[in-house]
Amino acid sequence: MALLQIAEPGQSPEPHARKRAVGIDLGTTNSLVASVRDGIAVTLADAQGEHLLPSVVRYRATEPPLVGGEALAGAAQDPHNTISSVKRLMGRGADAVKGLGEELPYRLAASDSGMPSLQTVAGNKSPVEVSADILSALAKRAREALGGELDGAVITVPAYFDDAQRQATKDAARLAGLNLLRLLNEPTAAAVAYGLDQKEEGVIAVYDLGGGTFDISILRLNRGVFEVLATGGDTALGGDDFDRLLAQYLLQQSGLADRLDPSSARGVTTLARRIKERLTEEEKVTETLSAGGQSVTVRVSRAQFEALIEPLVKRTLRTCRRALKDAGIDKTEIAEVVMVGGSTRVPRVRAAVGEFFGRAPHIDIDPDRVVAIGAALQADVLVGNKPDSDMLLLDVLPLSLGLETMGGLVEKIIHRNTPIPVARAQEFTTYQDGQTAMAIHVLQGERELVSDCRSLARFVLRDIPPMAAGAAKIRVTFQVDADGLLSVSAQELSTGAVSSIQVKPSYGLSDEAIAQMLKDSYRHAAEDLEARNLREQQVEAERIITALRTAMAQDRELLSEAEAAGLEAEMANLERLIETADYRRIAAGIEQLAKASDFFASRRMDQSISRALSGHTIDEIDQEAH
Amino acid sequence: MDMTRNYFEFLGLPVGFEIDQAELASRYRALQRQLHPDRHAHQSDREQRLAVQHTAHLNEAYATLKSPLRRAQYLLSLAGIETRHDRAPQLDPAFLMEQMELREQVAAAPESRAPEAELERLRALVESELGTLESDFAHAWESGALAQAELAVRKMQFLTKLQSEVAALEDKLFDE
Repeated sequence: MALLQIAEPGQSPEPHARKRAVGIDLGTTNSLVASVRDGIAVTLADAQGEHLLPSVVRYRATEPPLVGGEALAGAAQDPHNTISSVKRLMGRGADAVKGLGEELPYRLAASDSGMPSLQTVAGNKSPVEVSADILSALAKRAREALGGELDGAVITVPAYFDDAQRQATKDAARLAGLNLLRLLNEPTAAAVAYGLDQKEEGVIAVYDLGGGTFDISILRLNRGVFEVLATGGDTALGGDDFDRLLAQYLLQQSGLADRLDPSSARGVTTLARRIKERLTEEEKVTETLSAGGQSVTVRVSRAQFEALIEPLVKRTLRTCRRALKDAGIDKTEIAEVVMVGGSTRVPRVRAAVGEFFGRAPHIDIDPDRVVAIGAALQADVLVGNKPDSDMLLLDVLPLSLGLETMGGLVEKIIHRNTPIPVARAQEFTTYQDGQTAMAIHVLQGERELVSDCRSLARFVLRDIPPMAAGAAKIRVTFQVDADGLLSVSAQELSTGAVSSIQVKPSYGLSDEAIAQMLKDSYRHAAEDLEARNLREQQVEAERIITALRTAMAQDRELLSEAEAAGLEAEMANLERLIETADYRRIAAGIEQLAKASDFFASRRMDQSISRALSGHTIDEIDQEAH
Repeated sequence: MDMTRNYFEFLGLPVGFEIDQAELASRYRALQRQLHPDRHAHQSDREQRLAVQHTAHLNEAYATLKSPLRRAQYLLSLAGIETRHDRAPQLDPAFLMEQMELREQVAAAPESRAPEAELERLRALVESELGTLESDFAHAWESGALAQAELAVRKMQFLTKLQSEVAALEDKLFDE
């Protein structure tokens, strides 16, 4: 086991003590991994020098899956086992996915989780597992580039991802064995990549059009604080849709529409993408379209392509207008417009956004890499490599959270664009004498009808003390954390009894299902789950001892001699447990140390508040002391 | 932390309806710099959980003080008057009549010849009436006329609801 390396408070850790943290842009079409090296955030390349990893996984009967370029190369000959654009399926129900079904060449099967399952030669794969395979490939690349195990990762998601889509992404990280530091919204990541360079104050707009998702965020920058004022978007609109429209047009034009089979459908989409990319530079493109054994020459001009995509471009601008309105910001107040995502290379998109905001958008950082770079910068801060950083990202809830009420209506509890973390309590009462249980249906979306919103989960409140109808008052607290993820707790107010809650995510994997997948993956990889559990608990134990030591060095005056000695003893105890190689005992020891240091954590938090209110930051106080 | 301190004290501001928005925003950012979970990411789970709770509380306090209606409601609740759940006292018939007329105009706006301009006109109208009610409240509050202050808040609630209806209709227009 490595020795603990603890930096003096106020000092940066020594270079060799730097932690390995990465930012991952898990995209619909391509994915990237980036890290801060020598003070600069860079994307990491594979052995061939490629930075972009195509988000494609090809499953094989006996061998491990292929990920990236190798998988993409085999897509046309093996369409059923080659999964691309899986991000579109994350957190979606089998029904919603069937809506997209005509375009997808996969064989779908519904599963118990309500999530769709993709039938492959390697068995049924959930979108979470496919994403985990992409994450694993990126993590492997990062371990090789950085020379060791990763301490943590920030993974980006579209700002407009709902709770189920975020949870699915978090589950994929867990399956891939990553320590997830934060889910970060893609436009916010892009703003960080730009903003830190420029140190500006003012309001900026980030227009992010990727392969399968569109986001717009309005942010206020103030001395390292990135405050998201409003966000909007569409998680089913992106460059893939441009390709699809163009592919349909090509088939129509060529008269080969009837000859389409799954493998030539892939070919047509690939051709459409190539034509789209060429039209960025060229006015007219001529290519050969092949389907069902026939080949036809097709010609497309840029004007024709622009006419095809115009309705989609307009849709994104309407979303921009709404986000501005939600932010309470006039177009003229926007100081900068930042373009993110490969699809912002399309000239018509750039022109339309420029016209809308009345200013030329920024394109100085490669739009494909900017999100991963921003994520790497935040990962570096969160993992503890930059204790003096001023950077702080304040994000919002993208879609309103509500509850089902009488008549299939939704009552909103937390409105969209509310800053997170947020907690809201709602009181419920019983409507029958002696009622001991109550069902609650949580939804996300802006519409009034339950049927028009996304169903997130159904909760059953149990163990309500039996009382007369209307006498029991149950306070249900909805909390959204900094990742944008919802949790729910409940308490009966007159007796103080905590009601238990059973959660059934509408389109997600249960904890048991994930545990099972983890077990399966270890069986296949012939690794030892016990060994992994032990390592995880050891790392966690070391982490909390380091954190407590640092805290004690910083705020020793908050502790009496006896209290400090008590904490030292608890830490020594946990250090002994680490050596036992029994992960259950280590876990119990971690719990015990956490309990023993509770009071200290609270005192530190109180002190933070008084410092902030007296106008001093810890940094200033440190500087005064030196 | 003592989460029972009122929001004004929590943000280090004097209790009152008049508020310096720039000062509020700057204190909010200063507290976020200390409390936000990202500031505690490599600390113990307990500290991270505390950070989430404190930041949620801070966000609630900030949202409450930033909005004139919520600030007014909050001041009244500090004085023991709940405006959000209890039954409303009788509002004067002239006000109610005017509200009904406004509501009809809003409902008819999408069918009007220029829906966007019509909604914009109504939005501006509602905003100016809200402005008047806010100064009514400020006066009443400062002179200790709580009943009058409550009346102003009840009226503000009506108009704020109307305001959100206008916004919802504008949203729908964007979707079309």
